[in-house]
Amino acid sequence: MTAASLDQTRAAVNELVREEWGRVLAALVGQLRDFALAEDALQDAVVAALGHWPRDGVPERPRAWLLQTARRKAIDRLRRDTNFRAKRAEFAVLRELDRQTRQDDVDETIADERLRLIFTCCHPALAEAARVALTLRTLGGLATEEIARAFLVPEATMAQRLTRAKHKIKAAGIPYEVPAPDLWPERLGSVLAVIYLIFNEGYAATSGDAPTRSDLCREAIRLGWLLTRQVPGEPEAAGLLALMLLHDSRRGTRSDSEGNLITLEHQDRTRWDRERIAAGIRVLKDALAQGNSGPYQIQAAISALHAGAPDHAATDWHEITLLYGALYALQPSPVVRLNGAVALSFAEGAEAALPALAELEREGVLADYQPFHAARADTLRRAGRKSAAAEAYRQALTRTRNAAERRFLEARLAELLG
Amino acid sequence: MKYMCLIYGDEANHPQPNTPEMGQLMEGYMAFTKDIREKNVMVAGDPLEPIATATTVRVRGGRTETTDGPFAETKEQLGGYYILDCKDLDEAIAYAARIPTAAFGSIEVRPIMVFD
Repeated sequence: MTAASLDQTRAAVNELVREEWGRVLAALVGQLRDFALAEDALQDAVVAALGHWPRDGVPERPRAWLLQTARRKAIDRLRRDTNFRAKRAEFAVLRELDRQTRQDDVDETIADERLRLIFTCCHPALAEAARVALTLRTLGGLATEEIARAFLVPEATMAQRLTRAKHKIKAAGIPYEVPAPDLWPERLGSVLAVIYLIFNEGYAATSGDAPTRSDLCREAIRLGWLLTRQVPGEPEAAGLLALMLLHDSRRGTRSDSEGNLITLEHQDRTRWDRERIAAGIRVLKDALAQGNSGPYQIQAAISALHAGAPDHAATDWHEITLLYGALYALQPSPVVRLNGAVALSFAEGAEAALPALAELEREGVLADYQPFHAARADTLRRAGRKSAAAEAYRQALTRTRNAAERRFLEARLAELLG
Repeated sequence: MKYMCLIYGDEANHPQPNTPEMGQLMEGYMAFTKDIREKNVMVAGDPLEPIATATTVRVRGGRTETTDGPFAETKEQLGGYYILDCKDLDEAIAYAARIPTAAFGSIEVRPIMVFD
């Protein structure tokens, strides 16, 4: 084999290993009940794969190969362990598993294990930042360094966060189980929140390394599909998936080539991803048909109305205003009120939204929230209140930490004054 | 696994002796204790006297220093504990949530360290 084709094979093997990492790790953690051992053993198996596969060819069932090799590596590690007597039970389990190698078992086991593991990784007894990191590492197979880069923290910090979380799972006895139905409201809520956080981290911020960020969106959507397939009959899980698909359909149009922010109003709607939109609407319809609508489904419905509108002006702003009202009833947050007021300003004119915005201003709860000042500025501008709008733009600018947002607000302010 | 459930409450907001609220709380604790005894989950458990009875002891430079009051002046004070034997953290959380003080105070659930 020439050096070039060997490199090519190696790259393909790397890609394959990366794809299988999360699945195989899930199965291993489920079987070993030990995060650290599972990771170490899989790392050993990957090293073996990178040595063998480019030379001997990729095995017919790479997933099963990795799983079995990792199990044998775990057996080796346990044998070498000075504390072998204490680990005898794990050892026996592994030996037994090593005898069962049927492929259909492997795939089925992995599907169950991944679901079990997502509940473990998103357990509310772990800190939220740790839940996000652990889910990406374990189910997404992202390297610690990649997760650190995506969340703009030093790699050592992220590594420590992961180690602490894995230690707590073991020491505090966080179970590797899909929780009992009476725990679902809290537990599923935590899983959905983690997935949405991963998505938003990739979607909302224009800071950081762009390709890594879109990885986060893709990974969150992948987890959304996994969850809806594994737990049908949970309309909010489907609602979240629909919401992410619909948002993601606009991802490529949210900034220009220089990274400047483009608002919904000015996005090139012909470039919205129609396939993603269709998938999102299909998932949303199935969810709504179950007749138990929650916050994710309502937000997805709002996003679907945007996706279906030919342009900003022709959007069904009345319906969107009503949906924000329904959302507020379930999730009474000032941000929902702000969004409702903005929708109202398009449904009935900027003037109509000013009382609601003035009330939020008086309450002061959103005083440090940049989007509040930006929305107020825009509404005041459209209502023809020039000086109040300029003041609000300045307020928004003092709270902006993002260069793209800053340029956007400065341009609007200059327009207003010019 | 054995878990210690540390029961924290604000003594200022706590039901006062000889009130119907206190009666209800005590009934709640009796029923809970009876249930976990019958299920063989309870290893130990006791209420503590109020913080007015607490004494903090430190040994510094070989000298014992004794002071009045609890170690930390926080809003919620340790008022009692249970040690429970549970399958995993989820089971321990489910029992902790049934401790009557959880409804107005908070329960800290800590695994008991095992040396192997």
